[in-house]
Amino acid sequence: MNRRDFLAFSAATFATPAWAATAEGEAGRLVVVMLRGAVDGLNVVVPYGDQAYYDLRPTIAIAKPGGEDGALALDGHFGLHPALAGLMPLWQAKQLAFIHASGSPDPTRSHFDAQLFVENGTPGRRTTEDGWMNRLLAVLPGPHGPTDALAVGPVLPFILKGRLAVANLPLGAAATQKQAIDRPEVASAFDKLYAGTDAQSVAYHDGRVARTELTADMADSEHQMADAGAPPANSYPAIAGRLARLIGQDRRIRLAFTALGGWDTHVNQGNHKGQLANRLKPLGDGLATLARDLGRNWDDTIVVVISEFGRTARENGNAGTDHGHGNVMWVAGSKVLGGKIYGDWPGLATAQLHEGRDLAVTTDYRAVIATITGRHLRLGDNQLAQIFPGAPSARANLADLVQI
Amino acid sequence: MKLHLLSALAAFCLLAPPAFAAPPSDAEIIRILNRVAFGPTAADVARVKEIGIDRYIAEQLNPQSISEPPELTRKLAALDTLKLDPIQLFQQYGPLRAMGGVKPTPDEQTARRQQARVIVQEAQDARVLRALYSRRQLEEVMVQFWFNHFNVFAQKGLDRVWVGAYERDAIRPHALGNFRDLLLATAKSPAMLFYLDNWQNSAPGSRLPGGREAGINENYAREIMELHTLGADGGYSQADVISLAHMLTGWGFARPRQIPPDRSGFLFDPARHDFSPKTFLGRTIQPSGEAEGIEAIDMLARSPATARHIAFELAQYFVADEPPQPLVDRLAARFSQTDGDITAMLRTLFESPEFRDGTGEKYKTPYRFVLSAARAAGLEVANPRPLMGMMARLGMPLYGCPTPDGYKTTEAAWLSPEATTQRVSFATAIGGGHLPIAALQPADMMASPAVPVADKPELAPVDAAALETLLAPVLSARTRAVIDESPPPLRAALVLGSPDFMRE
Repeated sequence: MNRRDFLAFSAATFATPAWAATAEGEAGRLVVVMLRGAVDGLNVVVPYGDQAYYDLRPTIAIAKPGGEDGALALDGHFGLHPALAGLMPLWQAKQLAFIHASGSPDPTRSHFDAQLFVENGTPGRRTTEDGWMNRLLAVLPGPHGPTDALAVGPVLPFILKGRLAVANLPLGAAATQKQAIDRPEVASAFDKLYAGTDAQSVAYHDGRVARTELTADMADSEHQMADAGAPPANSYPAIAGRLARLIGQDRRIRLAFTALGGWDTHVNQGNHKGQLANRLKPLGDGLATLARDLGRNWDDTIVVVISEFGRTARENGNAGTDHGHGNVMWVAGSKVLGGKIYGDWPGLATAQLHEGRDLAVTTDYRAVIATITGRHLRLGDNQLAQIFPGAPSARANLADLVQI
Repeated sequence: MKLHLLSALAAFCLLAPPAFAAPPSDAEIIRILNRVAFGPTAADVARVKEIGIDRYIAEQLNPQSISEPPELTRKLAALDTLKLDPIQLFQQYGPLRAMGGVKPTPDEQTARRQQARVIVQEAQDARVLRALYSRRQLEEVMVQFWFNHFNVFAQKGLDRVWVGAYERDAIRPHALGNFRDLLLATAKSPAMLFYLDNWQNSAPGSRLPGGREAGINENYAREIMELHTLGADGGYSQADVISLAHMLTGWGFARPRQIPPDRSGFLFDPARHDFSPKTFLGRTIQPSGEAEGIEAIDMLARSPATARHIAFELAQYFVADEPPQPLVDRLAARFSQTDGDITAMLRTLFESPEFRDGTGEKYKTPYRFVLSAARAAGLEVANPRPLMGMMARLGMPLYGCPTPDGYKTTEAAWLSPEATTQRVSFATAIGGGHLPIAALQPADMMASPAVPVADKPELAPVDAAALETLLAPVLSARTRAVIDESPPPLRAALVLGSPDFMRE
């Protein structure tokens, strides 16, 4: 594309995006929240029916349901961390499910490799060049525009890297602030500098479109978020509220991704209160905010919460937990057949633990995502194979997870 | 200055360039200054033109020989918390303790934490002022490299009081020194001991100074192998992680009631050490207390896997995101031959055709972009906080990486739509003189994450003609054409915001 074409194209897209109308009314939106640092899934969805859980965790266990500060009963065996009380209405409405003992089949206990394997969709293989959410975007019906997929934050996470354009946007106070590039004379001068087809020009163009489309209505936002210096998870309710508003304005956002940090609780992780509880509460409240504020858009949204691996079943010497293996995935949405714990529970006896120390993985995270995207975004086996090449086929015990 | 001249003379005698060597091109000089320094200034370009690239690099590899600008020395001397040792920092800024049986209130502890914010701010001020104005540019480049390699997070607990001391005591003295010494200094630093939890790592059943029962914590033992030395593919097992954790039991820092052996803040507590025999990386380790940890650090520092890991990171940082394997191999060999001599490795790197031919092209990290823009524009920065605010806004807050892997240095990590519009806006703020850098705000003001777009310039706008002259050798013909046909008030912004300036 030469410069003249580009400018004409820009003018057209900044005015009325060609793809704006087509996504309107189409079903299916996926919101992924990744908890970087490995959240302790055994204290999120607590197997209070296993005595071994209490034997392994003398100081950090969550008490059985019923007592003060106890877990919130989910079924006869599992309970929810009490800091996640904000999610109980979704559970009771059968719009929230958990897949326990799920995760990546790769045994690495490196945060960074494990996160890559959750994001590139090819556990054990580091050289995959794109993220599975970008491959997912590619198999969704087009035409595609730069605001089809949105990453919250100043950098693009690996999970969204790839051939298709995606937007990234900090949803903190920074997002609402005017920038020099919002002044027409500045923009028109830089448009000419970034008129090529190279990676920087493409990024610039996508950034301009995203700003024009996504921040137009946010400049006078009543929500001012004070996230500077706060643990990232604490800002999630405000992020979720902003995301809901953006989706309300731009229904063509099909995929959204947010990463939250602060889960690597090696020391003093706490039980019903403490570090982990302090991070879970804003996450749970934020997800509830998202469900509420999405309004009618909640009907075609599914939210998945995932982390790179779980933590040791046994607490360590410092009232914390070290890097483990299996974890729990959270799935929420009005199309989710919730109020139910999915997956095969392997148990916590020493012989049942992975390498004698960690919750085993009995459900590959890719099977969960494939089930959700297959049904909710109406993808066939060929398309799923492009998103997760070489993945095992979806498990029968997930068949009920999402209604069509 | 005298020292400076003498050393330049000495360097000249040792490294007189061959008589037939062609003078370096302007583009070559800028490329070298983009890697060995935080980008060109007019003065640096003139200096390299005068003495040549080889002598410039030789000087930079011997930073003690270079005198510092008195103005910088004066500014640094005003930063009081940088004069305190780790024990003083803990005493003066750490959590309040009960006095006469009266516990401090939560409000008092909060106020104390707010007082401690001055430490991180002064450390940030020092880092940015040095990066902008130190003549020992390579040393500053390597301080950033090694801090990032041995990352600690200033917002995690006590690291808020120790981050500046960590850089000063553990990183800076060894930035061009020996890798094993650097590794040991970080291992013994209170900041790292706190950040990766080893201060609590204890023999099962032993008790922490407060009386609480303690046990094994694997966090540091894993990360020192995965991130600091061997690399994730370095050939260690989960059993090695556990063994190393046992070997490092009792490595901690002095609490206010304890009597420290020296002012470093490190304290080995034999009562919390596991004295049972261990096997680590195939070797039997005899119980010897603190010496077990030293033995492990020696083993890790000498491992060929560590040599490969460090060689790859250096080549990626200085040459290309996918560094040429032959260069990585030569650097690893140099590391092993010299027992981890960092200066020797850098000399090999800087002499390599892969570096000198400039085949590799890097996309600037936010840190390098912000610093290089301020340097090229010749800004006189009294208040560096708007620069830090921009780094934070681009996703790279200084001392603000929460995870121990540090920030990535690749284009894939940093080039994004949002980053591009932010960089362009920042360049416009600098070019127009709108960045509030002229006056230092009170030390207790937080770095603003925002780039102000004031209507009234703080400073005179940047001289676009001078900037264009400085950077012209690395601007494409097309970029220059666009700039020349743009309104003059925007031209400096367009130079600093050009795609050409984003690369180095």
